[in-house]
Amino acid sequence: MLKFFSGLAAAALLMSSTSAIAAECSNDTWKKIMERGKIVVGVKADYKPWGFRDTSGDIIGMEPDMARDVAETMGVELELMPVVSSNRMQFLEQGQIDLMIATMTDRPDRRAIVGIPGPAYYTSGTNIMSPKALGFTEWEDLRGKPVCGIQGAFYNQIVEDRYGVQIVAFGGTAEAKQALRDKKCVAYIYDDSAIGSDIASGNWDDFEMPLASEDDSPWGLAVPLAERNCLFGRFMSGMQYAWHSEGTLIELEKKWGVKPSGFLQKMHERMADHLASE
Amino acid sequence: MTGIEEYFRHLAEEYPRWNFIWLYDEKQAGRILSGLFMTIRLSIACVILSVVLGVLGAWLQGARSRWVRAVVQGYIQFFRNTPPLVQLLFFYFALGQFTPSYSPDGWLEIPIISNVGWAIISLSFFAAAFNMEIFRAGIEAVPDATQEAAESLGMSRAQTYGYIVFPLALRVSIPALNNNLVNLVKTTTQAYAIAVPELLYESVSVWNDFPSAQYPTMLLLFVVYIGLVGILVLGMNGWERRMKIPGYGV
Repeated sequence: MLKFFSGLAAAALLMSSTSAIAAECSNDTWKKIMERGKIVVGVKADYKPWGFRDTSGDIIGMEPDMARDVAETMGVELELMPVVSSNRMQFLEQGQIDLMIATMTDRPDRRAIVGIPGPAYYTSGTNIMSPKALGFTEWEDLRGKPVCGIQGAFYNQIVEDRYGVQIVAFGGTAEAKQALRDKKCVAYIYDDSAIGSDIASGNWDDFEMPLASEDDSPWGLAVPLAERNCLFGRFMSGMQYAWHSEGTLIELEKKWGVKPSGFLQKMHERMADHLASE
Repeated sequence: MTGIEEYFRHLAEEYPRWNFIWLYDEKQAGRILSGLFMTIRLSIACVILSVVLGVLGAWLQGARSRWVRAVVQGYIQFFRNTPPLVQLLFFYFALGQFTPSYSPDGWLEIPIISNVGWAIISLSFFAAAFNMEIFRAGIEAVPDATQEAAESLGMSRAQTYGYIVFPLALRVSIPALNNNLVNLVKTTTQAYAIAVPELLYESVSVWNDFPSAQYPTMLLLFVVYIGLVGILVLGMNGWERRMKIPGYGV
C-alpha cells in the first residue's frame, strides 16, 4: 500500500512542479479574456440576493452586478456561469471560469488553491434559521441535534467540533431549506446575510435567526492562483478598492435589499478620497 | 506519529495539491471510514433486496392474471425509465412526507423510514426493475418442452418454477445480473443527494474542508470502488462456476 502511495506521490511531484516554479507573470488569463473579448464569471444562482435567477431564468443579483462592472471596465462582454460551493474553486482552477465572485469566505486553505486579491468586498457570519417554536438562544442548544446545511460550507466542521452539532449536508440551499420545512432538522445553518434576506422575504414567518453570528469572516472574489500578484489579480484589487471608496457596494446593497453592513460603511470611510473632504 | 503519517504530512506541506489528509488526521480518517462502512451497508442491502424483488417480479410476470402482469409491467416501466437520482429525491422529499413519523421534541418529525432507508428502497427498486427483465430473459431461454415435461409429471406452476425453470434460468441470467449489480454498487453514490453519509458524501465533505485533499480523495474513491466492485464480481464469478451444470452450455 505504502509503495502505491509513494508512487502516486512521485507522480504528483512531477505534475505540480510546473506550478511551483511559476513565479513570473505570464498573465495568461488576462490575455485570454482580452483576445476572446469576453470574461466568464462564476457566480451563485441559488443565493438570493447575491446571485439568483429571475423569473425568466437570467442570473441577477449583487454579485452579477459586480461582475458586469468588471466586464465593462475591462471593455469585454460578460458571461455568467452558475457555480456552487463545492465546485467553484475547481471551475476557476481548470479555467472554465476566469473570475469567481460567488459568496466565498476567504480562508487560508483556499488561498493555497485560488488567488484571492484584497481587500475583501463583504463579510458575513454563521447563523441558523430555526422555528420560533423551538426557542433556541445559544449555540449549545444545538448539541446532538440534526441541523440542515449545504455541502462545501467551511463552518460545517467548525460547528460540529465546537458544539457537537450534527450537520446534514445537502447539495444546494433549496434541498436544505426544504428539509427544514419538512421538519427533518431543527435548524438550517448558513450565512447570516442570506438568512436575513430569507426571513425578510416573508416566506419564513414562523422562523427566526436567534443566535449570535459566529466566525464573521471576509468574502473574497478569486482569480486563478497564478494571476494573484499579476495583472488580473492587481486589477481586481483595484476594482474592489474602487467599489469601497466610491460607495458602489453600499449602493448595490441598497438596490438588492441586503441588510446594511457595518463592514461596508467602515471600508467606505477608510478608503474614501482623502482630498474630497477638504 | 508513525513514519507513514509523518511522510504524508510532509508531502502535504511540500505539494499543497497532494494532501492525503485522511492518512494522518484521525478525524478525517474517521469520516472516510464511516463513509466506507455506509457504502458497504448500502451495497449489501440493495444487492440482496434487488435480487429478491427481481426473482419475485420475474415470477409474477408469468402470472395467469392479466392484472398482476400489468402491475409488474407498470412497475418495470416506471423504475427502469426514470432517472435514479430523481427517484431518490422524489421518494425522500415527496413520499417521505406521507410516511408515519414520531417527534421526540415537538418539532422534529423523524420518519420511520430514514434517508438511508429511502436510499435502500429507491435504489433496490430501481435495480430490481432491471433484474426482473434479466430473469425474464433467462426464463424465456428455458425451452417450453422442459416446462411441459415438468407439468406432465404433475408439478404445480410454483413447483415447476422453483425446481425446474428458475434454476436453469438463473444460470443464463448470471452474466447480465453481474452487470446490473456492478451498476447498482456504483449507483449508491447517488444517495449523496439526500444526505446519506456514504463514501462520496464524506469524501466531498473532506475535500470541501480541505481543498488541497481533493485529488488524493478522488483517487481513493476510484480505488475503493474498483475494490468493492472487484469483490462483488469475484463472488459472482465463483457462484457462476459452482452453479455450472456439465453439458448445460451457457
